[in-house]
Amino acid sequence: MSLTDRRAGAASAPSIRVSRRGFLTASGALIVYFSLQPWARLEAQQPSAAKLPGSLDRQPSLDAWIRLDADGTVTVFTGKAELGQGIKTALIQIAAEQLGIDPAGIHLVTADTSGTPDEGFTAGSRSLTDSGTAIMHASAQLRELLIARGAERLGVVAERLQARDGAVVTEDGRRVMFGELAATSAPAAGARASPESKLKDPQRYTLMGQSMARVDIPAKLTGGAAYVQDLRLPGMLHARVIRPPSYGARLAAVKTDAVEKMPGVVKIVRDGSFLGVAAEREYQAILAMRTLAERATWEERGGLPEPSRLHDFLRETPSNTMNDLERKAPTAASIARTVEATYTRPYQMHAAIGPSCAVAWLKDGTLTVWTHSQGVYPLRKALSEMLRMPEDRLRCVHVEGSGCYGHNGAEDAAADAALLARALPDRPVRVQWMRQQEHGWEPYGPAMLTQAKAGLDATGAIVDWQYEVWSNTHSTRPPRAGNLLAAQYLAQAFAPPPPQPLPLPEGGGDRNAIPLYNFASARVIHHFVPAMPVRVSALRGLGAYMNVFSIESFMDELAAVAKVDPIELRLRYLDDPRARDVIDAAATHFGWSNYSRARGRGRGFAFARYKNLAAYFAVAVEVSVERDTGRARLVRAVAAVDSGQPVNPDGIRNQIEGGIVQSMSWTLYEAVGFDSKGITSSDWGSYPIARFTEMPDTVEVQVISRPGAPFLGTGEAAQGPTAAAIANALFDATGVRLRELPFTRERIKASVAT
Amino acid sequence: MNVRTTLAGALLLSALALTGSADRPASAAGAATEHAFDRGLVARGRSLAALGNCITCHTSEEGKPFAGARALSTPFGTIYSTNITPDLETGIGRWSEVDFRRAMHQGIDARGRDLYPAFPYDHFTRVTDDDVAALYAYLMTRDPERAEVPPNRLSFPASLRSTIGIWKAAYFRPGVYRPDTSRSAEWNRGAYLVEGLGHCGACHTPRNALGAEMSDRALEGGEAEGWQAEGWQATALARDSPARTRWTADQLYIYLRHGRDAQHGTAAGPMAEVTHNLANVDEADVRAIAVYIAARMPERSPPTEANKRSEPASADGEVIFAGACAACHETPGTISGGTVALGLTTSLNAPDARNVIHVILEGLKPESGDKGPMMPGFAAEFTDKQVAALVDYLRTQFADRPAWNDVPRQVAAIRRSKEQQ
Amino acid sequence: MITLEVNGRTHDVDADPATPLLYVLRDHLALNGAKFGCGLGQCGACTVLVDGEATFSCITPISVLPGRIVRTIESLGTAAEPGPLQRAFIAEQAAQCGYCIAGMVMRAQALLEKNATPSDAEIRRHMAPNLCRCGTHMRILRAVRRGADEMRAATPGLKRAGS
Repeated sequence: MSLTDRRAGAASAPSIRVSRRGFLTASGALIVYFSLQPWARLEAQQPSAAKLPGSLDRQPSLDAWIRLDADGTVTVFTGKAELGQGIKTALIQIAAEQLGIDPAGIHLVTADTSGTPDEGFTAGSRSLTDSGTAIMHASAQLRELLIARGAERLGVVAERLQARDGAVVTEDGRRVMFGELAATSAPAAGARASPESKLKDPQRYTLMGQSMARVDIPAKLTGGAAYVQDLRLPGMLHARVIRPPSYGARLAAVKTDAVEKMPGVVKIVRDGSFLGVAAEREYQAILAMRTLAERATWEERGGLPEPSRLHDFLRETPSNTMNDLERKAPTAASIARTVEATYTRPYQMHAAIGPSCAVAWLKDGTLTVWTHSQGVYPLRKALSEMLRMPEDRLRCVHVEGSGCYGHNGAEDAAADAALLARALPDRPVRVQWMRQQEHGWEPYGPAMLTQAKAGLDATGAIVDWQYEVWSNTHSTRPPRAGNLLAAQYLAQAFAPPPPQPLPLPEGGGDRNAIPLYNFASARVIHHFVPAMPVRVSALRGLGAYMNVFSIESFMDELAAVAKVDPIELRLRYLDDPRARDVIDAAATHFGWSNYSRARGRGRGFAFARYKNLAAYFAVAVEVSVERDTGRARLVRAVAAVDSGQPVNPDGIRNQIEGGIVQSMSWTLYEAVGFDSKGITSSDWGSYPIARFTEMPDTVEVQVISRPGAPFLGTGEAAQGPTAAAIANALFDATGVRLRELPFTRERIKASVAT
Repeated sequence: MNVRTTLAGALLLSALALTGSADRPASAAGAATEHAFDRGLVARGRSLAALGNCITCHTSEEGKPFAGARALSTPFGTIYSTNITPDLETGIGRWSEVDFRRAMHQGIDARGRDLYPAFPYDHFTRVTDDDVAALYAYLMTRDPERAEVPPNRLSFPASLRSTIGIWKAAYFRPGVYRPDTSRSAEWNRGAYLVEGLGHCGACHTPRNALGAEMSDRALEGGEAEGWQAEGWQATALARDSPARTRWTADQLYIYLRHGRDAQHGTAAGPMAEVTHNLANVDEADVRAIAVYIAARMPERSPPTEANKRSEPASADGEVIFAGACAACHETPGTISGGTVALGLTTSLNAPDARNVIHVILEGLKPESGDKGPMMPGFAAEFTDKQVAALVDYLRTQFADRPAWNDVPRQVAAIRRSKEQQ
Repeated sequence: MITLEVNGRTHDVDADPATPLLYVLRDHLALNGAKFGCGLGQCGACTVLVDGEATFSCITPISVLPGRIVRTIESLGTAAEPGPLQRAFIAEQAAQCGYCIAGMVMRAQALLEKNATPSDAEIRRHMAPNLCRCGTHMRILRAVRRGADEMRAATPGLKRAGS
């Protein structure tokens, strides 16, 4: 199959070579590539007058996004990173489609501070909306430039020409290859993107909207080098960090003499309470780490809230009150009945399968860091501040890690590696976090508390809606040094900057706190809690998981009071036809209207539009519950998603299936354990996640295609609704309404018993 | 009267003599499912069922709770637990409370047949009528499950249910628990639970050749899950306790409640299920059990020089420990709340290696979705010889006790029995 | 010096005999397949075959390996010529981040070499020691089933279940 041939494989390989000579050549060539080629200069990123599509607005130079070599190779640059969500493949599809070239002819370069646009973080399900849109337009505009050149060369007006298979072709079959058109000068050099593009007619798509096989999967299945963990550089040292036993602990003393003499140990680095060791071999580094840990004494601080009072803590701690929504009905309604409910969520972990890893190399005054950070540009800023090194002496290159699901330990591992590399100039240093370190030190998804209150009139209509959410910030990401874990423990420590709420419409703790339902009277209040005794940051979906869980559970509670079918109730308050379509599709494919409930089983439904501006998603589920053991299982899920113009429908399905399963695990099992001293979830035994034996029988996803419509972010659309659908199904099965996440066996057993 | 009738009469008489009691009618009671039970009574029954660990024996790996069909291998063959859900056809849905009490107190089912003492009515006979009523209320309000249980596969003469009468005559002493007035209320509560519903002796007391508990060696160590097959050793809890340091009542309470005591070890194998159930019952009941058991344990003295072995620990075992075990077992406090110091674990100090071998081969696996200590099993990673070397190293290095005998054979036998499951 | 047989080739490895196999595979032999996920035998990202059994290479010191046969995912095929199970995973696009996948394939390989016609329940139970965080489980199950079909088609004489 041509789409998975070696060229496509080459597009996905990280920009490193294995041999010493090969590597130096590659980095040397890259530097030359960017400083000598006149058309390779990066334009300073200036905002443009008329708004440009997607990330073109931040970086309007066409050749920052797409370049054509004389041999016909097309290089596409994105500031986004492959996280396993299939973005490399999707972007290649988009560029190939718009330009008119085989995908195998595209070489894609992902997030690299030395050569790609700065698109901030790969987060918020924005990759296609930001980068996909930019690349789509840039490719289309390059195509038109090529057609214009082709018109000159062929003596045919542009309107009678097409771009196809890497060439500009006439109606009568004459053709000139793209590469030839770039022989004398690069077509896009110095060109600035236009606000409008001649986009290809979606009805004639042959690549976008097709489930092209992922370009990165074959290497991952056959032992190819695919991850930052696979980097092997000449003379590379293996390093480990000795982390404190708990937050804020101070390294009082450490006896290093015995460790210095251990086989293979090259250097022990101590800076305040930051302690690391580098050795020639990986196992030697691990042994040295263990011994150093035994010989270190720490003064611990403790001070975590009492676990059973966690949500009281959220409510009682000083917070900033933000009125997210204040909508008043024209006439006051008469409320016949008020319904109230409170919901809670614990801290939850990213828990990436591969603990964080980074490689750093200080060479000739330049520090290169290979990292799986979602944001190489903000990371570079933070490292620059921490190391007191100018940014232009720092290069951060994204190389895939395991799925991160948000801000996990990736940036921190990069900081660790940078500090150690600085202490060991000229040698690459590889830092690998241990499992316990990833579990204990990654920033978690924040604990949250929500309160919903609605007024129903005599007919059961929802005439008043009030929703409040209490939460810490959902982002402590770079660009500040104080956001890096190691920096907080240096002798000259960097304090974490004061936390900020993420502004609406995206939001953080209040993401999806405003319901899409058109209630005539509604208030939404966000209590932003700055005090963070536990380290927190962005976990996939941010506040949307909890807010959609709460809102969609509450809608079912209202449906029960009003004695209305839960789906029927939602439809009464949704005019958006795309919302109604996903609801209809999920319900129909599930067989909602002719469902018969067996003993110990129940069904549930939920809907949300992620961030109220990204993908539309609805899901119907069936669960089974054993009263005597409290064991609950998701039996089947039927979902429908509308992502606008689908680029890769199978990619969409993959993300949604994964989101449903991941949310099932969060919802039934997951809570970070802690006591007054510190975090107690240190391994998979103390933080269990769903295994194969808990998987549903089936998960089906219907992808609703909207040809030509803007891309809608999809990677985080499923989590919130799945949680609510499970809660609603458990209620259907047992008559018991569960409002405290997660729904562990013990909780289910206890609530069913009473 | 002709010869045939006389013969038949004689046979009938002898059959009755064999069974030993002619006055046991089958139950005439109707189905109990129409009864409405007081919620408080059901709740008390739930707690008592957890203390009695009913669900563990009466549920098979793939089956619904209480629907039976769990295989128990005994020296007499395999016996399957019964379906005690209130299903009318395949469960005990037609049993009256009188029937249920007769089963618990006398080991007789609703049809008037003797029950095999694998159902430990030699312990349940001690349970008060009130507690039996609560258990009945709880069981009758479970979901009925239609599930046939496979027939027992017992060897002759155990396969003849009529032989149970002889066994009962020799070994069964019915009667509700009678408090010892010279002891505290808490001790008596503990004794009542341990000797009654808890049926701890069913595993923790050695049995004679006919499978009866040896009453003069109560709680001095027995077998579990395989009962003289290559099962787990149910540690001696009384005078013969091998624990490194004496269990205090507080430590026993923590162990029973949370499945782990830092001075003694982690509940594994069959005991893991027991502690799981005890996590939810009345705190006072678990304390009472702890008080009673602790009172039966002797003072422990450290091993004398004569006990220490002279040969060095296995060098192969040392390397294996360093590469396979040290990551968790040398850095206590970082995994799942901390591994127990190996030298303190009862299993390493026990008279034989069986429990250590089980843990090494099978690991520790919390139930799906539950938090708990998680240790991999090493059956695939190590050969029998390597397991034996590791066991030898652990015993010497940490427990500092005389080497165990028969380790290689036990490793092979335990591995074989696992593979056959 | 420890002699190992990995993927049909013999290697003399100069390393501490207590070194877990995972680090020897990755650092000494430059094999990428087996991954570090936990080092505790809890997640399966390091799964390889030793004498045909799925094992955690992160808790297998190389001292126990002389005389035993080690196979990693690299022995099943290449990107240009993937083996039947790898083909099945590619066909089902059974990966998101892909970090767990090499371990999944080796665990499945161990099952299919012993039982060519496993039931769905058997596959789920067998795969349970391996964790996936992206939620790719449903695809992995489909890929294992498809792999069973592909392997049977490729090897007509393959063992049936229970033999």
